[in-house]
Amino acid sequence: MQTQLKLDKEKMSDHDYRPKSKVGQWFNDRLPLLTLANHLTDYPTPKNLNYWWTFGGILTFCLITQIVTGLTLAMHYIAHADMAFESVEHIMRDVNYGWLIRYIHANGASMFFLAVYIHIFRSLFYGSYKSPREIIWILGIIIYLLMMAAAFMGYVLPWGQMSFWGATVITNLFSAIPLVGEGIVTWLWGGYSVDNPTLTRFFTLHYLIPFLILGLVVLHIWALHVPGNNNPVGIDIKKPSKDTVPFHPYIVIKDGFALLMFMIVFAFFVFYAPNILGHADNYIEANPMVTPAHIVPEWYLLPFYAILRSVPDKLLGVVAMLSAILILAVLPWLDTSKIRSAVFRPLYKQFYWILVADVLILGYVGAMPAEGLYLLIARVATAYYFLHFLVILPVLGFKEKTLPVPLSITEPVLGGSPNLAAARNKESKIE
Amino acid sequence: MSEKKTKRRDFLFTATTAVGAVGAAAVVWPMIDQMNPDASVKALASTEVDVSSLTPGNTLTVLWRGKPVFIRRRTQEEIDEARSVKMEDLIHPEKDEDRAKNPEWLVMLGVCTHLGCVPLNDKGDYNGWFCPCHGSHYDTSGRIRKGPAPWNMEVPKYEFVDANTIKIG
Repeated sequence: MQTQLKLDKEKMSDHDYRPKSKVGQWFNDRLPLLTLANHLTDYPTPKNLNYWWTFGGILTFCLITQIVTGLTLAMHYIAHADMAFESVEHIMRDVNYGWLIRYIHANGASMFFLAVYIHIFRSLFYGSYKSPREIIWILGIIIYLLMMAAAFMGYVLPWGQMSFWGATVITNLFSAIPLVGEGIVTWLWGGYSVDNPTLTRFFTLHYLIPFLILGLVVLHIWALHVPGNNNPVGIDIKKPSKDTVPFHPYIVIKDGFALLMFMIVFAFFVFYAPNILGHADNYIEANPMVTPAHIVPEWYLLPFYAILRSVPDKLLGVVAMLSAILILAVLPWLDTSKIRSAVFRPLYKQFYWILVADVLILGYVGAMPAEGLYLLIARVATAYYFLHFLVILPVLGFKEKTLPVPLSITEPVLGGSPNLAAARNKESKIE
Repeated sequence: MSEKKTKRRDFLFTATTAVGAVGAAAVVWPMIDQMNPDASVKALASTEVDVSSLTPGNTLTVLWRGKPVFIRRRTQEEIDEARSVKMEDLIHPEKDEDRAKNPEWLVMLGVCTHLGCVPLNDKGDYNGWFCPCHGSHYDTSGRIRKGPAPWNMEVPKYEFVDANTIKIG
């Protein structure tokens, strides 16, 4: 941690910034917005960041897209059980460009989750959650939880069959809580079933949550700017130094390029397959008398849904599903290895890819009926998911023989191949 | 920390905090309670159903408080099947005699006790109901026999107003 303190002192140069113009100085002395802008443009960034690091910027874009399209949809949507379904069709058919705004918003949710999953798995691969970045990571998990809440409530608003029954199933999860569960569910519903009071409060909360996320994103970035970015080599670096480049223009351009690529994928879904990620059942108006034959959540919640269904007990199933998410919050302390990047952890790298496969398998069986072979696979995959975090990661930190880590980012480049450089630094440690 | 004597100021401080906390709680409670079922929702407490057209072996589904209610006119075989089950075979032991006072008529909420889906009639391994959401099987008395649901389907308060009319609620 000694190095960390020194780094902070070097970063003090931020505060020495002074605007050139008199007006700028006058303003900045009263509200140092220009100092903030200067910090953001000059922010020293590791020069070896790869494209997996562009998803923070992409996620910011996703959030803003959802807020803007959401605001415009709210101008036409009617949050009432008798009119919601019709008002969505009104948006699709009558409102100028309503179809476009709605398709961007609906597919935007999927794109948001696609980006966040890449962002999370980037962290897992390069050990970005480790000291001193635990708070960034935990803030990220809270944002992820809020995203799931917002997405779920947003899905209820069109008041289709999947909206209604999805809402019924998810709110009923709370009934698993002993003693007070039923009371909580009635309170959530504002009645004895999902109905108009439920819809209006979900609309209110769906409107609120993105702004909570926005606030948390500010904290997330703030916490990031204290230690600075992790990087593919996973070592602490001096900032600013030969190992860093200023955020603007280097990272801005790289993020911008990645964002363009991402927008192509986004546009493909919006214009060519706007309903492929949804369910046809949601174009049938909510009917409390008939449950669709096969209730499935949106794709981004499927792994957790599979975990829920793999446990034959109601309360334990809910506990397992919540634990699967909350276990991520304590990940920085479950992973006992001091080496951050999987590049230098040959065993962890293999287990990482097994985990990726495990989560994909859970997602697949989550979409299938919970019976026979699917149920068996779901159970094995669920067990492995917890095994990875609770057993493999803690043990690996002690047992694994890690590869030698370079002292700086430039060293492997200037000193020839990484292996040569690594060989010379056999005794080097990360701190 | 050497002086442990409580001073007037400490007392005032504690008392003010306590009164403040009570005040805050008094303001928060209405904000929480406003989400509970309102008077208009509670007013829809009962409904009357004409069951004269129901023949044995058929189920009528009606909506009560936003939830489906199954009214099943059971056949003799179904009644026999329900009454011959041993209590130790049940996940949530309840006698069929207690669930259906009049054995021919089974009235219960058509809501799976797992996560609230509507189970399908005449399906499942026990000739009763089957929930398509997460695979819970119910018998001809609406009792949970297999799957993740923890309880039998709930029997609401109901009565026969006359021979052909059931009042639920």
